[in-house]
Amino acid sequence: MSVFSEVTSWLTDGAHWQGDDGFPHRIVEHIGYTALTVAIASAIALPLGLWIGHTGRLRGFAVAATGALRALPTLGLVTLMGLWLGIGLTAPTIALVVLAIPPLLAGAYAGLESVDRATIDAARSIGMTEWQVLGKVEIPLALPIIVGGIRSAVLQVVATATIAAYIGLGGLGRYLIDGLAVRDYPQMAAGSVVVVVLALLLDGIFVVLQRVLSTQR
Amino acid sequence: MTWFLDNLSYIRGLAWRHLWLSLIPVVLGFVIALPIGYVAPRWRLGGGALLSFAGVLYTIPSLPLLVIIPSVLGTSFLDSRNVVIVLTLYAVAVMVRSTADAFGSVSPTVVDAARASGYSAWQRVLQVELPLAGPVLLAGVRVVSVSTVSLVTIGPLVGVPNFGSLFIDGFQRDFKTEIVIGVLCVVVLALVLDLLWVLLGRLAMPWLAGRPR
Repeated sequence: MSVFSEVTSWLTDGAHWQGDDGFPHRIVEHIGYTALTVAIASAIALPLGLWIGHTGRLRGFAVAATGALRALPTLGLVTLMGLWLGIGLTAPTIALVVLAIPPLLAGAYAGLESVDRATIDAARSIGMTEWQVLGKVEIPLALPIIVGGIRSAVLQVVATATIAAYIGLGGLGRYLIDGLAVRDYPQMAAGSVVVVVLALLLDGIFVVLQRVLSTQR
Repeated sequence: MTWFLDNLSYIRGLAWRHLWLSLIPVVLGFVIALPIGYVAPRWRLGGGALLSFAGVLYTIPSLPLLVIIPSVLGTSFLDSRNVVIVLTLYAVAVMVRSTADAFGSVSPTVVDAARASGYSAWQRVLQVELPLAGPVLLAGVRVVSVSTVSLVTIGPLVGVPNFGSLFIDGFQRDFKTEIVIGVLCVVVLALVLDLLWVLLGRLAMPWLAGRPR
């Protein structure tokens, strides 16, 4: 049997579509981890990024930090966290949050920086408070770029969650890591195909969202 | 530190592999992306589609792509060429965009002036547009270089040893030092390569020396 038909039969086998180890459950897990970690990372990075973009303070620090974090090898971070914090959800969650922060931070401060200074000055001159300037002028105008940051973070986490399966995380990465352990190539390839489709679908949703947001203005 | 010194020859071996596995995709990616990035914005029919395809390519997660590529190409699963091909694809995907930006940054007036003073199409591209696009091209190479050096580390999961092997080995032996040393090695190699690109840029574009970047 060729590799392609082996992978296809793995994908279409009804037994692989039910139970805790089936695709539906793994897909839900994968999306769950992604939503959880991006939510935590957003709670940290978005306020910070908005503050940096609004005040212009610590900008150099933000640029350097996002650049440095990008050079950090994900597998190194994941395995290190795994040893430090042991088996469980905490270690992979922290690793994924750390990796989701740079794109969110960059999206937030770059978004605010893209807003025309004259518009902000106009908002101030008609008597808006700093909070009103941020909430009613800067954030709405910067929203497409902020959402772009969330999009990169989501894709980063979807990709890295498959690697985090190496330290015991569930989700779609299980097919890759478990398949690798027993040299079951069709299982690995089938899992990979599902991850790729998931990533492309999520990316497509964000493309639509960004388009809607930028035409609404 | 003692572990590092005790295993110096092992680490040196990994360093060479890591260097080649990063260097080939960056150079190959640049060579492939250069003509595509130049042509795409000028090609009204398919240019936009080409640039969006490059964007989509970059959204594909690396480990799954690394698993799928052998069955597409018919290579062995543990072949190190898979890693080189996947990383080259990512490098092309990013650099097509930055190359298009780089050539877009060249002032059209300068190109018109070159045309008016009798430069042929090839001369214009090679002697006017390419050198002027140089700084932005260099910036693109540096971004790709850093992310490639970091991405190479998933290679050991598909049987291609490099600094990433220190993560796997350290994790399996419950030995944090090895992982920390691995991370440091990756960061140092990324910095060394970055320095190499800056130096090459200086050599290729001596007129930029002393100018603030």
